[in-house]
Amino acid sequence: MSMKFTTRQVDGVTILDLSGRITLGEGSVTLRDAVKDVLAKGAKNILLNLADVDYIDSSGLGELVSAYTSVKNQGGELKLLHLTTKVHDLLQITKLYTVFDIKDDETSAVGSFTR
Amino acid sequence: MAEGTTSRASLTLESTIASVKAVEETAQEYARSAGFSDDIAAHLCMVAGEAAANAVIHGNKYDPAKRITATFEITESALTIKIADQGEGLDPETIPDPLAPENLLRSSGRGVFLMRAFMDEVHFRGLDPGTEISLIKHRTQPA
Repeated sequence: MSMKFTTRQVDGVTILDLSGRITLGEGSVTLRDAVKDVLAKGAKNILLNLADVDYIDSSGLGELVSAYTSVKNQGGELKLLHLTTKVHDLLQITKLYTVFDIKDDETSAVGSFTR
Repeated sequence: MAEGTTSRASLTLESTIASVKAVEETAQEYARSAGFSDDIAAHLCMVAGEAAANAVIHGNKYDPAKRITATFEITESALTIKIADQGEGLDPETIPDPLAPENLLRSSGRGVFLMRAFMDEVHFRGLDPGTEISLIKHRTQPA
């Protein structure tokens, strides 16, 4: 299954609910385009909900890092929400958990953005 | 087949992303045949895909005249996946450490690290031309 997403707004935060696989090819491109699109619409505070993402490869990890950098370069913040155990483990062994602000609760995640 | 081999397959594939998916699917099938858990099978599938992606992208550079080969072998002791390209060759010593602070924000360069993290053995062998990478996962011996 490739990646799909929906976008919603909660208290000034753009939440992307992602599902499927963020992998080389279609999945990574979908994520890249989704983040590019919300940035183009002026979003600054972006929360990626990864609850339904069950598989990420190194290309997908690279795309998450690129998204983080793109948002930061535009003066915004990108945070991650609801990691599955597999994705959490992947971020841990690659030390990317030291890069991302990772949240377990949507309400507190939304409240944590700088306004 | 090597002595003790119970199952073996060899694929010769074009230098395309579709070939990466074919390698992942075969890795998944062999991981299950070898009796690995779902979690380990997922890791095997991922690292086989990483190796195939490296072969297609960095090794063969999508050259339609070049092929990648993937072999899968189950023996009593291990599942071995070998991925070979026809590129210019790779010195594994030159691969930057993706955990180094200066590399953490790089958007690529984690594939070989993940192979080493999830496999019991990872070996590189120079070919003429190209590189072969062997990914070995030991099977738990029955009590």
